[in-house]
Amino acid sequence: MSTTPLRLKELSKKEDLLTGGHRLCSGCGAPIAIRQILLAAEMPIVAANATGCLEVSTTIYPYSAWKIPWIHTAFENAAATISGVEAMYKALKKKGKITERIKFIAFGGDGGTYDIGFQSLSGAMERGHDIVYICYDNGAYMNTGIQRSSATPLGANTTTSPAGSVIPGKMQPRKNLTKIMVAHGIPYVAQTTPAHWRDLMTKVRKALEVDGPAFINILASCNRGWRTPTDRAIQDSKLAVDTCFWPLYEYENGRLTINYKPKEKKPVVEFLKTQGRFKHLFSPENEHILERAQEIVDREWEALLREEAMWKAEEEKKEQ
Amino acid sequence: MKGWKELEIGAITEAGSADSYNTGSWRAFRPRWIEENCIQCLFCWIYCPDSAITVNDGKRGEFDYNHCKGCGICAMECPGKKGKKAIVMEEEGK
Ligand code: SF4
Ligand code: SF4
Repeated sequence: MSTTPLRLKELSKKEDLLTGGHRLCSGCGAPIAIRQILLAAEMPIVAANATGCLEVSTTIYPYSAWKIPWIHTAFENAAATISGVEAMYKALKKKGKITERIKFIAFGGDGGTYDIGFQSLSGAMERGHDIVYICYDNGAYMNTGIQRSSATPLGANTTTSPAGSVIPGKMQPRKNLTKIMVAHGIPYVAQTTPAHWRDLMTKVRKALEVDGPAFINILASCNRGWRTPTDRAIQDSKLAVDTCFWPLYEYENGRLTINYKPKEKKPVVEFLKTQGRFKHLFSPENEHILERAQEIVDREWEALLREEAMWKAEEEKKEQ
Repeated sequence: MKGWKELEIGAITEAGSADSYNTGSWRAFRPRWIEENCIQCLFCWIYCPDSAITVNDGKRGEFDYNHCKGCGICAMECPGKKGKKAIVMEEEGK
């Protein structure tokens, strides 16, 4: 089978496997990512979808926007569901009842991935199922009205971390789930955004090619929760990458590659200031939070740079 | 509306049926394509959340106004030609 080159002209000749007419908000980042994921795939896909915006809004009865077999699961078990489907597929393949190569993807938002679905995700990765788990991270429980999750960035105003005279938004930094997935020692882990469509699609293809578990974390803008105009999804994703708030990187069999290094790393406030959820951070009494946000970004980015340099040095040593 | 006895059990069986659902009425702003400024980069197509930009044989066609929600992402991302955008957003009903 020939693979479609990652050029928009060629890709646009493929069938869109997520239709319009879904009820995700105008300007939502999630369906942009999903369209790109399904366009990248070159084999039949079966998906499980944890409860969340994507699941609810793409399948309002009696409609479905999906043109692939798609299973709705509860918040906590998308990874477990897709593990079971993959195990069944393997069994049927052994018996010769299926010959086709099919791949399995679980989708979850940050609530369904970082928080509620975390144990089933961790278990599925450890058991080594041949699945891809894709998280679209919009940084809060947006579906139920913007409640904080463990993916919500430091200082963000949400309905359960309301900025006011008592607290200046969320008091805790977000947890680095991508790194936690790396610690599972699985063959492929990556981070990307739909603004970087070629990067995203390359990573999806790599994840699908791997024999074993893969995880991709995709930043997906939510204009309702981020408090931005509806046309900002791509612009804000680019700012997230250019400030190194959300670096593009991948781990192939444990080996780190940083896929994009901004020529000039922008200060994190460039990413924060376009979003209403961080507005209160720009008043003088909250300056220390902005400083802390910058420190966190710097520390994580520098750790990535050091680690990549270490890998390169080691490989050079081996070559000599 | 179907009564509960007529409902199918447990699943939506028609793949992609949302295609027949109109979300165009959500629009407050309407994108307009100015073909002479279009360089056929297809950024609008890859970034549209609602699959609302039709493409035929690798070339951009008209908007699918049944699905377009008027977010403005396509207009924002459109490079256009010589600084002139090939997509502009206009208020609906004007
Ligand atoms: S305005 Fe938004 S929904 Fe409409 S075509 Fe442009 S990107 Fe798609
Ligand atoms: S983004 Fe603008 S220039 Fe590019 S194909 Fe779309 S309308 Fe044409």
